[in-house]
Amino acid sequence: MFELPSGAEIQGIIASLKASVGFFIPEIYLSVLFMLLIVIDLVAKGRKNNLLSITTLLGLAGSTVFIYQQHALPAGELFFGMYVLDEFALFFKYFFVLSAILAVVVTMADEQFDREVKSMGEYYALIVAMVIGMIMMASSADLLMIFLSMELVSFTGYLLAGYFKRNPRSSEAALKYLVYGAVSSGLMVYGFSLIYGITAQTNIIKISLELAAHGSDSLVMILATLLVLAGFGYKIGAVPFHFWSPDVYEGSPTPVTAYLSVASKAAGFALLMRFFYVAIPHGALPPEDKLGMDWLSLLMIFSVASMIYGNVVALWQKNVKRLLAYSSIAHAGYLLLGILVMDQFGTQATLFYLLSYFIMNFGAFYVVILISNKTGSENLDDYRGLGKKMPLAGAALTVFLISLVGLPPTVGFIGKLMIFSALLTKGSLYIWIALVGIMTSVISLYYYMLIPLNMYLRESKQPDEKVMNPGMAPQIILAILMILTLYFGLFFTPLSDFAKYSSAMFGITLH
Amino acid sequence: MLSLIVFLPIIAGLVILAVPSSQKQIIRIVSLLAALAQGVLAVLIWRGYDPALPGITAGVGGSPLGSFQFVEKIPWISLNLGGFGSLNIEYFLGVDGISVTMVILTALVSAIGVLSSWTIQKQVKGYFILYNLLASAMMGCFVALDFFLFYVFWEIMLLPMYFLIGIWGGPNREYAAIKFFLYTLFGSVFMLLVMIGLYFSVTDPVTGQHTFSLVAMATQTNFNVAGAIFAPENHLWRQIAFIVLFVGFAIKVPMFPFHTWLPDAHVEAPTPISVILAGVLLKLGTYGMIRINFPLFPEVFHASMYVIGIFGAINIIYGALCALAQKDLKKMVAYSSISHMGYVLLGLSAGNSEGMVGALYQMFNHGTITAMLFLLVGVIYDRAHTRQIDKFGGLASYMPVYAAVVTIAWFASLGLPGLSGFISEALVFVGAFSSQTTRPIAMVSVLGIVFGAAYLLWSLQRMFLGKRNDDAAYDLEVGQDGHEHIHFHDWKGKLDLDGRELAMLVPLVVITIFLGIYPMPVLGMLTSSINKLVQVLSPVVMSQM
Repeated sequence: MFELPSGAEIQGIIASLKASVGFFIPEIYLSVLFMLLIVIDLVAKGRKNNLLSITTLLGLAGSTVFIYQQHALPAGELFFGMYVLDEFALFFKYFFVLSAILAVVVTMADEQFDREVKSMGEYYALIVAMVIGMIMMASSADLLMIFLSMELVSFTGYLLAGYFKRNPRSSEAALKYLVYGAVSSGLMVYGFSLIYGITAQTNIIKISLELAAHGSDSLVMILATLLVLAGFGYKIGAVPFHFWSPDVYEGSPTPVTAYLSVASKAAGFALLMRFFYVAIPHGALPPEDKLGMDWLSLLMIFSVASMIYGNVVALWQKNVKRLLAYSSIAHAGYLLLGILVMDQFGTQATLFYLLSYFIMNFGAFYVVILISNKTGSENLDDYRGLGKKMPLAGAALTVFLISLVGLPPTVGFIGKLMIFSALLTKGSLYIWIALVGIMTSVISLYYYMLIPLNMYLRESKQPDEKVMNPGMAPQIILAILMILTLYFGLFFTPLSDFAKYSSAMFGITLH
Repeated sequence: MLSLIVFLPIIAGLVILAVPSSQKQIIRIVSLLAALAQGVLAVLIWRGYDPALPGITAGVGGSPLGSFQFVEKIPWISLNLGGFGSLNIEYFLGVDGISVTMVILTALVSAIGVLSSWTIQKQVKGYFILYNLLASAMMGCFVALDFFLFYVFWEIMLLPMYFLIGIWGGPNREYAAIKFFLYTLFGSVFMLLVMIGLYFSVTDPVTGQHTFSLVAMATQTNFNVAGAIFAPENHLWRQIAFIVLFVGFAIKVPMFPFHTWLPDAHVEAPTPISVILAGVLLKLGTYGMIRINFPLFPEVFHASMYVIGIFGAINIIYGALCALAQKDLKKMVAYSSISHMGYVLLGLSAGNSEGMVGALYQMFNHGTITAMLFLLVGVIYDRAHTRQIDKFGGLASYMPVYAAVVTIAWFASLGLPGLSGFISEALVFVGAFSSQTTRPIAMVSVLGIVFGAAYLLWSLQRMFLGKRNDDAAYDLEVGQDGHEHIHFHDWKGKLDLDGRELAMLVPLVVITIFLGIYPMPVLGMLTSSINKLVQVLSPVVMSQM
């Protein structure tokens, strides 16, 4: 059936592959790191985890050098349009590597690992594998590649969520994550197949050209969009694809929760933005059609629903991890607001918000870990009186939570400011959506403040007043994160300029 | 100069951070020194202030210099936003007549608050760090001339206030603290949207770029961005923005029907925080109206003057009636605060110089008088551990100095001639009567004075005159000299006012009496700014645009 390619064609393919490899060095480096970690684990079996964790940290830090070198390279497609390299992808490469570094740092501070598992074994290798997957998600330009990279991220995510093998909550989390993940990626692939059926293309840039040239049946497109969104929505944890997240966030090891809630969510957003900004042609549509029943209105509904649902349901939570899970659903809603704007400012605002979310959410989870190390609990009631016993952790958590609410002078405020600014430049319908965002952020104040309320306003049930020291290194890291939250709340130009630089996407039909 | 006066308390807070928490006295003294230094700076600003310069809008050529004083203006954040030009935020401080009086008031009340905080024993270090943060943010609000900067200071106030009420407050403090936080945040988040909208609607005449400068926004010709949301022809959105801003500030005032957080917050807050809350924080609401709400949307202000006046009248009468019904002395003072802030609203709604000057003077006087009232409530609460009015009686014969100060404060509050409250209320009524729009409202509002006299005199009579009640909070005993004394349970200190209490109260008493006889030091600073403001708000100027 297939004709064998001629020698010259094969040579051409090999030459093209060779040329592309030069643009693929960070990914190759990380893959080597991944294998190295497995080997180290095999050799140093049974020993304590410092060797592995330090290697991971150094290895991840080293990868930034290779990513940095890519700034000099021109933006373009690699591997026959499977993959792209552009500023947008570079942004997420840094983002994922940094969040993996923080995830490792957070893991090293978590004493629950000492109790639950004998060796750290493949944990760090899985973290690195997930980085590779997420980087590929942010760089994929082809439906097949999107699916492959998403599955890589999902599978490592399932394993990480269930890493406490003997802990039923953790296993439950992994299973739920797996079941929901399997369903939603199945739906997404069905959506992809519809798109392929319409356009006969798998490359998103070519899909865009095809759609612009020939148009499409709107009903099929809506169905395809909805199905694709099921896959993406599952990754970003937006309503109505959020059902997994409270249980998974609560049951998973806390560092994994932090990692999933920041990095995996950001990967979903990277994919969402690239897919909808590149694959769907925008220039051809008149503005009134854009507000019709298309992907944009779907996203609007999801965004508003996420903000309302996440913030309202969080009001009744008694477990801090679960509370942060609902907060992360709400933040997916705020992030979607930035995507709705559909211009460079909106992209910039979304990327900035991701950066701010990165700092404050990791910070919050870090404190949760430090507290649970000392008290063994993540229940709100057990936070009583902790403000006095752990002064720095208490102050830092308050700063992170204030930032999550979006109050100045924190980076979270600037994130909200930029998103709302982007919305207001767009006119009336967007102002109403911004109003929903504003109203729900007032609601969010109540549940976020429940934590400082318990820490400072209520006395602990046990009368002991001794100070709990979470250790030197965690305190320093915590202080750095807290200072960054405040510093970037006052002097946010570098972050924002970086976000603007990164809003350039290869083959975009939008800006 | 202004930066120093704003950030001195924060610097003190950082110093306190380094002091071990067992050194309570050092912590208090550091705070007091910062507050006194702030006071010295405030005096310097007062002496150096030229009352001839008007403020409110920019001077010649769009520059704030020559109109505002002590101006500090440096670029803070400049962001490139692609197709939308750039986001320019300035660190822009300056004072005019409206803010300079508030700066002096803030410095005064902050210093008195520190003295009053001397009795705080629980977590002294945390308390003073938060207190200093609050003091900085309040001062920052009054001198910020960039909307963004103003907003940042405005929001920074909330968190320390939440903790100060929530940790050091009374039994129901959790509820009061979160209620305060939610109410004020609710008002201010909408302000955020308006702020962003204003930024995209206004350009700075000097640079031609979008700006957050309140000075540029106060000139209507700077709303020159075609199609922008708050462009002059966009009446509906301008009305919405006015209402949103007004509600945001009205919550802080607090104006009926947004007032319910105030009695709760006051009753639960410790004395010094009540003093700060009533003395300074409430003024931020009306200050925000004068600085932002009215000059930015003058035509909407004009259309809604009588509505503001009606709300002012409701505040006056409703607050006074509620005060009349209170059994708790502090709650009574809290409601009297609501009533007196109503005079400010009424004066503003008159829209003429007399009314506006009266409103601002009332803000200043209310700051000093109410601070005094809350301090006095604190004095008796420290001794008796109760504030129920019917638990007292005949105090005048046992605590004569206290009774004398209370009498002065109470009479100042009800507006007795010769005390400062009289002049401001009189000016408010002169203004309100001379404006056609507010004359009927003013007539009704006069009732408030009667009710005000009623609750103040009645409480004075019940607590200080007559004889000790049977269920009073103190025991009578006959001393060796044959005189009757009273004795509070577990109160070790001096029965009558002690030195620290006198140090807090005497300056306020002196100011109240002095400004009642010779108001010119404050009025002189206000006049030219108010005249300018009235001119900016007048329909004649608007029709010329």
